[in-house]
Amino acid sequence: MTEDLKTALRPALMLLIAFALLLGLAYPLAMTGIGKVLFPTRANGSLILERGKVVGSALIGQSFTSTRYFHGRPSATGDGYDAAASSGSNLAPNAKALIERTQADIARIRESGVTGDLPADLVTTSASGLDPHISPEATFLQVPRIAEARELPADRVMALAKASVEQPLLGLIGEPRVNVLMLNRALDRMRP
Amino acid sequence: MTVQGWMFIILFIALIAAIARPMGAFLFALYDGRPMPLLGPVERGFYRIGGVDPARDQSWRGYAIALLLFNLFGVALLYAVLRLQGVLPFNPQGFGAVSSDLAFNTAISFVTNTNWQSYGGETTLSHFSQMFALTVQNFLSAGTGIAVAFALIRGFARRDTKGIGNFWADMTRATLYLLLPLSIILTIVYIALGVPQTFAASVDATTLEGAKQTLALGPVASQLAIKMLGTNGGGFFNVNSAHPFENPTALTNFIQMLSIFAIGAGLTWTFGKAVGNTRQGWAILGTMLLLFTVGVAITYWAEAGGNPLITHLGVSDTLGNMEGKDVRFGIVASTLFAVVTTAASCGAVIAMHDSFMPLGSLMPLFNMHLGELIIGGVGAGLYGMLLYCLLAVFVAGLMVGRTPEYVGKKIEAREVKLAVLAIASLPLAILGLTALASVTDAGLAGRLNMGPHGFTEILYAFTSAAANNGSAFGGLTANTPFYNGLLALGMFIGRFFVIIPVLAIAGSLAAKRHTPEGAGSFPTTGALWIGLLTAIILIVGGLTFLPALALGPGADQAALMAGFVQ
Repeated sequence: MTEDLKTALRPALMLLIAFALLLGLAYPLAMTGIGKVLFPTRANGSLILERGKVVGSALIGQSFTSTRYFHGRPSATGDGYDAAASSGSNLAPNAKALIERTQADIARIRESGVTGDLPADLVTTSASGLDPHISPEATFLQVPRIAEARELPADRVMALAKASVEQPLLGLIGEPRVNVLMLNRALDRMRP
Repeated sequence: MTVQGWMFIILFIALIAAIARPMGAFLFALYDGRPMPLLGPVERGFYRIGGVDPARDQSWRGYAIALLLFNLFGVALLYAVLRLQGVLPFNPQGFGAVSSDLAFNTAISFVTNTNWQSYGGETTLSHFSQMFALTVQNFLSAGTGIAVAFALIRGFARRDTKGIGNFWADMTRATLYLLLPLSIILTIVYIALGVPQTFAASVDATTLEGAKQTLALGPVASQLAIKMLGTNGGGFFNVNSAHPFENPTALTNFIQMLSIFAIGAGLTWTFGKAVGNTRQGWAILGTMLLLFTVGVAITYWAEAGGNPLITHLGVSDTLGNMEGKDVRFGIVASTLFAVVTTAASCGAVIAMHDSFMPLGSLMPLFNMHLGELIIGGVGAGLYGMLLYCLLAVFVAGLMVGRTPEYVGKKIEAREVKLAVLAIASLPLAILGLTALASVTDAGLAGRLNMGPHGFTEILYAFTSAAANNGSAFGGLTANTPFYNGLLALGMFIGRFFVIIPVLAIAGSLAAKRHTPEGAGSFPTTGALWIGLLTAIILIVGGLTFLPALALGPGADQAALMAGFVQ
């Protein structure tokens, strides 16, 4: 037994060091180099630049509260969409805090004149707190509010919203969805 | 539930069944010690600096001691890196040292292939810690698991010998020829699909509404690739694979799920090939996929129906229970992922299990209670399942009054005792530690949700730790000395109190002679065997936890259906 222990000392130490250098430094450094060469934009976080300034990432949701923009989902991170500290709400389905929060969000949405059953994504927080997407239904029901705030014809805003819907890959992988930040950027570019 | 949803699930299962044979054949070449292309000089160089003779067989004790020492040094290195984080390079956010209890917990967590996240990823760890501490053990703990599986397979395949292989060679070959090349390919695919890979600091953005948004970035893709492939599951970010940077699209999500199961499924074929009958391997994979499909069906059904307390307020139920789930994944991928990650000892998440319906969280919990033998952790799934195969032939032997045999080996008292020892360590750790936390102030203080759901948070934590899973009911505040310490204990028991008996069984079996299958042998392929094995798994592995599950998800669901809000 002590003989086994003695013979194992050197390989245990030396192989750990060798593997740490290979897997902990060489591998991630090489991958970073390859990533920067092949896919520079994506390796750097799919950042969106507007006149040289970063306005966000195409992959990360943002907080929208103005009536002029499509709103994303409620977020449980920090003050909402805190991309430096991702988090879900972790509330149980029968937590009092969940029911009260949902009631408040429903009341706020109803104020803009929306009737009927609301799509679930619009009144629930995502897992990441950074969900960039909402469902097509959650997008379409916001169109009248935005058309009014921007004094645009509702059918033009609806056409833009419909054109923003992404469909599942091969009809199977993923869900129909709309990237709220991308849609709002397109909205800002619309001429009256 | 939708037709498309079920087509998606069937596509996934079909692809796993299709991967099993080619992956298994490659694993068999590794197991068999065949020379490999490209990295041969690296392999020989590693042996030279380690003073290893890869051809020298070790007894089971020698194998176990080598493994334990290597893992012990791994804990020490990981702990040291986290404690010294503040003075080490690649730390653009200037994070300071990780606290001692959190560093200890994380070190045990990554070495045991658990990857429980008491740490917060982007808010706690430097790029250097992510790479040099976490990523390294993502590889090595997976390599260790494959090595143990190889050793046990040799126990069945060899005869009249003391040796069960060489730990250094098994671990090195699995890491260099399987884990590293596949991780390189997957990293490039992930970057191409949007996962960041950079050493830059966080980026400040000015949002469309003029607010400031800080985007945490880092070398995510290289960590993500091995985190899935090695069934580790420790996230670069706090919310793990739910984070859009760690899982940007439905396609990256699908690839992640496939890579969690790929090696574990392949090992079943390797086993069959090594014992001379691939049908033995298919019987094991068939049992796994049977249990898996039932788990997916129950979870999908529970989540797709929505939360009645929310729909009651005037919310449509067509999208299902969306609290704690991202839109790009939706219900079907979120529930499939939850079952995959708990079946396979991975522990990565794309949805918050704490916000699942109580019945939706039941199968993830139960998968872990069974010991994660449905595909399972790399290596760990196969050796966990083989322990149950020994129990099943033992029970069958008792019924017909004959010495049990399995794939050409007589199974006697010593092997059965060791198998029961390994299997019993799991309920001991899970139920013992859960009971302790449920009656102490420090344990109860961690709960976010109250009532039966709060109990489930505690039960889930110790289940996840002892089963070396790593997923969580994230509401539980686990970064306290109490939880960091006890969860580390659970992880240690769950890993090494299984590995050591498994290696002892391997040694005991290797020494036996081959017993050819006779007319009286109980067949260990075909429907009868799969039925018996499934029954033994459910009765021995599952029943122990029934009272705890009734108090947790059972009582919780009943309360919810009665409209009881807490």
